[in-house]
Amino acid sequence: MQTSALSRYIGLIPSSVMIGAFFVIPFVLILLTSVSTPTDDGGYATSFDLQHFERFLTWFYIERALFSAGLCALIAVLSLLIAYPFTYFLTNFPPRTQTYWLIYILAQLSLSEVLIAFSWQILLSRTAGVANILVWIGVIEKSFAMTPSAGAVVAALVYLTVPFSVLLLFPALSRLDKSLIEASRTLGASPLRTFFTVVVPVTRPAIISGGVTVFVLTLGAIIVPQVLGKPEHWTLSVLITDQAIFNFNMPFASALAVVLLVLSATVIWLVTKFSGKKA
Amino acid sequence: MPGLSIKNVTKNFGTVTAVKDVNLQFNTGEMICFLGPSGCGKTTLLRMIAGLDDPTSGAIRFEDQDLTGVPVHQRNIGMVFQSFALFPHLNVGENISYAMRIRGHSRSECEDRARQLLDMVHLPGLEDRKISQLSGGQRQRVAIARALALNPQVFLLDEPMSALDANLREVMQIELRKLQQELGITTVVVTHDQTEAMTMADQIVVMGKAQVLQTGTPMEIYKTPVDKFVAGFIGTSNLLPAKMSGPDGVHVNGVDLTVGGNTGHFSQGDDVLLMTRPEEVFVHHPSDMNVANSVTGTVTFVRDIGATIEILVDCAGHEVISVLTPKDWPDVKVGDQVHVEMPAAACSVLAV
Repeated sequence: MQTSALSRYIGLIPSSVMIGAFFVIPFVLILLTSVSTPTDDGGYATSFDLQHFERFLTWFYIERALFSAGLCALIAVLSLLIAYPFTYFLTNFPPRTQTYWLIYILAQLSLSEVLIAFSWQILLSRTAGVANILVWIGVIEKSFAMTPSAGAVVAALVYLTVPFSVLLLFPALSRLDKSLIEASRTLGASPLRTFFTVVVPVTRPAIISGGVTVFVLTLGAIIVPQVLGKPEHWTLSVLITDQAIFNFNMPFASALAVVLLVLSATVIWLVTKFSGKKA
Repeated sequence: MPGLSIKNVTKNFGTVTAVKDVNLQFNTGEMICFLGPSGCGKTTLLRMIAGLDDPTSGAIRFEDQDLTGVPVHQRNIGMVFQSFALFPHLNVGENISYAMRIRGHSRSECEDRARQLLDMVHLPGLEDRKISQLSGGQRQRVAIARALALNPQVFLLDEPMSALDANLREVMQIELRKLQQELGITTVVVTHDQTEAMTMADQIVVMGKAQVLQTGTPMEIYKTPVDKFVAGFIGTSNLLPAKMSGPDGVHVNGVDLTVGGNTGHFSQGDDVLLMTRPEEVFVHHPSDMNVANSVTGTVTFVRDIGATIEILVDCAGHEVISVLTPKDWPDVKVGDQVHVEMPAAACSVLAV
């Protein structure tokens, strides 16, 4: 019995070492940095100093944290609203068509956030943007720049996350038993009614996990808010980068990172807690 | 009263014809079984009655309404799916009252109806159970209750017994038939199991290769199958190649036999198949002389299972099976040259 128990743990060693070396140790370092004191030469000295967390507790940073959470929640909802119907219709196509679309969507993921942010900047610019098309068809008089703006940030982030949402929803929707839909139809529900009373509730776990993933993914976006937004659209991640790279304030950046981690962990915990009950 | 009617219905999937020019007419309140091997088009025909597939051409009517082109959710049908298709996100009671909820009935009406239906399918008090907590048999009963919630005009079941084990199947066949008779609802069951069809049906529709081969009561089909495919599909049959020797006689294995059944469209000299059912064929001991209407053969196997004895006889290269009760036991053993009696009334002829 003892040897079998031992051999069971041996298999866990490589992955434990990996996780320890690349996730646990760096996180401990961030924790340590977040409570250290900055020195005049731009470095920091080890101590137990909570001043950076105190600094977070000013309205400016709390407001930024709430804005980040709100923005990411909005992106998650919009992304799912676009991806869900698309994926649902995709699963009704022949397998070959589905494969082509999935390959295309996977290819979209290879585009970097930087590339996407700058492409949207051009797309929404005054000189080369979509406003010119509106002028051309006569909707507006004069071209204007649509960036920087909150709308531009939202559009680009949704664009960035839709492929993820599709890939996260696809397994659940393609496994969905089609006879459930037919059963609902024979029981008097129209196709639209069936979609909301059967398809959506049955695939709810995938919707929730997809939403949480997109939320966390968006929380980490740093390029899009900077390139396409005004400073008031910057998320916590942008501020962390700002503190770490431009203000050389590693301890405060670390403290903000810890706050961000707590924030996303809380969201995941709340979502799984409240969605797990009824499912 | 004329109930369900299917007129010239054809269904093509691309270049494949799943159902070819089917014409059927049934009375209201009948239980109909579509019987056939897999891929014969029986499920497609059922799905067209439900409205889940549209016929390429032809019309489906119920009493005086034309159902062709009416969307599924506007037809008044109840359907039990092969997988039962119970909604996993709803409990038993919510599954059963789903159709009522869609039509906007109040919560208390829904709950009352669910209780009533659960009593009807002998599952009282299960309304709060999750679907995942039910056994296969319970799932089937819930699926039946759900399909009947709105008193549909037509009750459709697609291979309803295939997910159940053998013992439960027999119980449920009888129960389903009793329920159907109690409610007097026009019911169509798709099955590939001939015993199931014989147990439950008023009318059996035997299908093969996208077409209807024969329609009739179970006994009509059993006694007078139209061809060797139907004969082989419904029960076991002995088929011997023969030649018509007169209006009611055939020449087989060098002897002349009298045929009691219909020989209608065959004339003298036609090649035919002489068909008999195993329980109507008797085997006689070699020492028995003067056995009327008989052929000779060699016993190849004897299976004695107590209630019945099955004797396999090789008659000039063709196997004939005889199923006897112990009182008719001729005391033969493997290798004996025996007389196989085929009473005139038991004989009928089929096209080769």
